[in-house]
Amino acid sequence: MPGLLEKRRSDREEASIPTAGMADIAFLLLIFFLVTTTINVDTGIGMTLPPKLKPEQEPPPVKERNLMNVLVNASGDVLVDEERARVAEIRDRVKKHVLNYGEDPSLSASPDDAVISIKTDAATPYNTYIEVLDEVWMAYREIWDQIARTNRLPGPDGGSAGLDQTYSSYREYYNQLGPDEDNQIRDTFGAQISIAEPDTGE
Amino acid sequence: MASQKFQRGSSSTEPEFTTASLPDIVFMLLIFFMVATVLRETDIKVRTQLPQAEALTKIDQKRLISKVHIGPLKRGENQGDTAIQIDDALIENRRTIRQIMYNKLQEQPQLIVSLKVDQESEMQIVNEVQQELREANALRINYSSNREGPPPS
Repeated sequence: MPGLLEKRRSDREEASIPTAGMADIAFLLLIFFLVTTTINVDTGIGMTLPPKLKPEQEPPPVKERNLMNVLVNASGDVLVDEERARVAEIRDRVKKHVLNYGEDPSLSASPDDAVISIKTDAATPYNTYIEVLDEVWMAYREIWDQIARTNRLPGPDGGSAGLDQTYSSYREYYNQLGPDEDNQIRDTFGAQISIAEPDTGE
Repeated sequence: MASQKFQRGSSSTEPEFTTASLPDIVFMLLIFFMVATVLRETDIKVRTQLPQAEALTKIDQKRLISKVHIGPLKRGENQGDTAIQIDDALIENRRTIRQIMYNKLQEQPQLIVSLKVDQESEMQIVNEVQQELREANALRINYSSNREGPPPS
């Protein structure tokens, strides 16, 4: 018995950090991060609503040529500038409208002036609306992709877009942006998509 | 016995904690975190089958988001009627949205309202909610939607 006591005492002096539990700690941390990390981030189409106008205030004027009207009715038919169009056509129509640079007098004078207005009927299915909105956004995405790939602005006198390098796509450029960094592409080539004021009273 | 004792004393790797109870501690902690971590997704009383889209943006900052669910009621007396749910509560009077959103905006000036709208809803209700959001000056919105087709690898 005294021998045992002595042995234990000498054992204590030799103590080293046990590593057997390390694996468990690692698992614990792993599980903790697994639990707290949210894998499915919210995705969606971001929009900014127009601010509420005061009753006496008129909506800001937009020249007819710069405005591209997209109307969607209850059965999902699309009217682009008073012409029937298929949903799949919208993307090219938007790109043509935005990248007109004053060439065609019925289309926009410059990308900065171009406004895409989307108007829906009260009974339009939400699905169709998102489809149309998505096409309009994708038109801009494709233009941005082009800018990211070439680092040049589109148009006849397309200057440098001011990126430090070229990227394979807009998404790649967007993903490498820090949280406080400015999005150069969107700053120089913005998208003006407006949700039209719904008709009040029928 | 004496020689054995000597040998053991000279060995430098001998003593160890009893690790037998370590798994218990780990499991206890694990269970604690599992219980304490709020995975609470509010009880959604309306069905929201989100539409699919391509031009998606991610919202990384979850704390900026406030969700508005619009869709048919899952159960109850008026099952199938389109209803609006913000946080836990169904909205009875649509006029109250502006007050709710205004209060949220005071707490979080960078508020993003995530509209989780069922794809079969009609635009009328969406427009109404948007008008309410404009009244509250909560202008940053996000039409929550999923990626088209199978997720990219």
